[in-house]
Amino acid sequence: MSPAPAAISFDDVSKRYGENAAPVLDRVSLDVREREFLAVVGPSGSGKTTLLRLINRLIEPSTGLVRVNGEDVQGADAASLRRRIGYVFQGVGLFPHMTVAENIAITPRLLGWDQARMAARVDELLALVRLDREKHRLRFPAQLSGGEGQRVGLARALAAKPAIMLMDEPFGALDPLTRGALGEDYRALHGELGLTTVMITHDMLEALLLADRIAVIRDGRIVAQGTPQQLMNGAQDGYVRELMAAPRRQAERLRALDTK
Amino acid sequence: MNAAPQIAEALARLPAYLGGHVAVSVTALLLGLAVSLPLAFASMRRPALRSVLLGAASVVQTIPSLALLALFYPLLLGIAALTERSFGAGFSALGFLPSVLALTLYSMLPVLRNTIAGLNGIDPAVSEAALGVGMTRRQSLVMVELPLALPIIMAGIRTAAIWVIGAATLSTPIGQTSLGNYIFTGLQTQNWVFVLFGCAAAAMFALLVDQLLALMENGLARRKRAWVAGGGLGIALLTLAALAPGLSQPRAAYVIGTKPFTEQYVLAALIGQRLGDGGLSTTTREGLGSAVIFDALRAGEIDVYVDYTGTIWTNQMRRNDTKPRAEMLAGMKEWLNREHGIVLAGGLGFENAYALAMRSGRAERLGIRTLADLARHAATLSIAGDYEFFGRPEWQLIRQAYGLAFREQRTMQPEFMYAAVAGGEADVIAGYTSDGRIAQHRLVVLDDPKHVIPPYDAVLLVSPKRAGDQALLAALAPLADAISITAMREANLRASGGGASVTEAARWLSNEIQKKSVAR
Repeated sequence: MSPAPAAISFDDVSKRYGENAAPVLDRVSLDVREREFLAVVGPSGSGKTTLLRLINRLIEPSTGLVRVNGEDVQGADAASLRRRIGYVFQGVGLFPHMTVAENIAITPRLLGWDQARMAARVDELLALVRLDREKHRLRFPAQLSGGEGQRVGLARALAAKPAIMLMDEPFGALDPLTRGALGEDYRALHGELGLTTVMITHDMLEALLLADRIAVIRDGRIVAQGTPQQLMNGAQDGYVRELMAAPRRQAERLRALDTK
Repeated sequence: MNAAPQIAEALARLPAYLGGHVAVSVTALLLGLAVSLPLAFASMRRPALRSVLLGAASVVQTIPSLALLALFYPLLLGIAALTERSFGAGFSALGFLPSVLALTLYSMLPVLRNTIAGLNGIDPAVSEAALGVGMTRRQSLVMVELPLALPIIMAGIRTAAIWVIGAATLSTPIGQTSLGNYIFTGLQTQNWVFVLFGCAAAAMFALLVDQLLALMENGLARRKRAWVAGGGLGIALLTLAALAPGLSQPRAAYVIGTKPFTEQYVLAALIGQRLGDGGLSTTTREGLGSAVIFDALRAGEIDVYVDYTGTIWTNQMRRNDTKPRAEMLAGMKEWLNREHGIVLAGGLGFENAYALAMRSGRAERLGIRTLADLARHAATLSIAGDYEFFGRPEWQLIRQAYGLAFREQRTMQPEFMYAAVAGGEADVIAGYTSDGRIAQHRLVVLDDPKHVIPPYDAVLLVSPKRAGDQALLAALAPLADAISITAMREANLRASGGGASVTEAARWLSNEIQKKSVAR
């Protein structure tokens, strides 16, 4: 079986703010294959969010090329590019003056869908992210719990049926139970809908549990990448080994508790 | 005192005053919004522009609104002269245009500040999400940022509306009819019913507009289109209703100007009645300053007004000598015509000179009969004068000629001056010889042995534009030498706090003139 073509590719991409400033991203090259679930793990300030935003042109690269489906994003119209790519924001960023239904239907509305098609899509998505249609449709974001808000954010990103999903710490601010449930729900959707996903997290355990492949980023450079198994077993970089140590210790401790 | 006739008169003037007020404030507010909102949007991502805008708007706000309004008049006069010369077409630098421009500037700070604050206060995560879901910058502004900033922007618009409607009362002195006419006329003639009526009418109009804007704001926030439409329709109807009488009435053919004191109001009413009897329609521009009114006449923005020879002699001709009365009048008539094309249509028959006056008892005790006597005591005395007097060349002449140096010098409304000297708050006042209150308050006018103060014969001036207008000149002719000083004093006293209105005082004066002409 030949490897799937790259949905997203970074080719020697750097980003610096100002001529002489230190680079936020330093000569990054990275491919994300179609239908792949890539987790990008790194400490805060490592450049993970910058990496994600380069994909839908919320940020422009200083040097290098970013391609989506083989096309240089610099040549694409930014707004229409973003309408084709789902984005889940770290702070959720729901529009406080719009209802849940209006928030979810925003990208379809920008694409000019008719009312009936938008309403049907909203119902479909509410079911998909397991929210109650009658109860939540007409609520405003301020009336939602954290988990409900995250689910609406996810539904909004999925609304226009994108093939690519970008997620910036999507489950970061949630309690562990909700976080686990939502993560698993999303992993299932990723498979069902045949999505390509890039998810940013600082939590290695989450990355290990959800992703097909993990890229570890530090100080603007990719220091390791591979499947969870490859990273677990063969990491050379000291920082990566350190990152892997914590989940490993947790797992051993749990196993020890279980056998007693 | 029975206020009923004053209220009736105030009501009769309401359509004209309110119409002028609404026209100037609504135009200024709309213009202000049309300028401020795009500027605020443009400065969203330009911090340098933002600080320049807010700085400039704040500086404008520190200029007292009356001064801001007054400053636009000479500015526009200069521009109008320039366009007249370059393009052969000028425009009126008096009234509507300077008022609208000054009030527009005045409306900008609250709108700019609130719009900028409202847009800056939006959670960056929300603005970013707007771009992330695929909105263009414009879509993000219209669909997300504006709706979220709306309550703060509307609060700014409401503040601006109240400021502009309030400050529009101050457009009266630069020739724009407004509800301020009640206040200025009322202050000059001690007609407190007028003052209160003007304040109440302006406040009610401001409150009504504010409430309609609030309705629109609530409608926008709660997405009730009917509320938004209702508020907008209300403001539109209010504007139309206020403007309708002015629009349906034929434009008055002749504009009569007045300076800001009682005698001028009475004479303007008298001229208005006289022209009206001759079938000529008139309107008045009330409360203009001495320099403004002369320029306005020269530019043809007013057609006729009453000035005083001494004022023209010193302020316009810049003379500091004194000539015999007849010689002065002839020279002035020739000068006005030669320099400006203005027609001096004749004297009214009385003089209204500046005169330094004291309570007669006090003058007697101190042995003061002339300005020379006064100079010996001036260091222990205080003097009060109107807003113009201490800045006028005559005052410099008097001071220099007699070596007058007072302990204290105060400026006040002419109406309060007499009460001040009678009550002992001021020792000397710069009063007017045609003022009935000199006799009423038992004041003595001090002699001017050196003849420094020029004669101030009241004269009718007609604009260059109307120089050949026989109908106008014929209607004014019967007023020549028709008003005695005693009749004028009596009319001034009647119009000023005596209970009778200006119109009634003018009618009384008109009767006096008729009696006199019959007696002749």
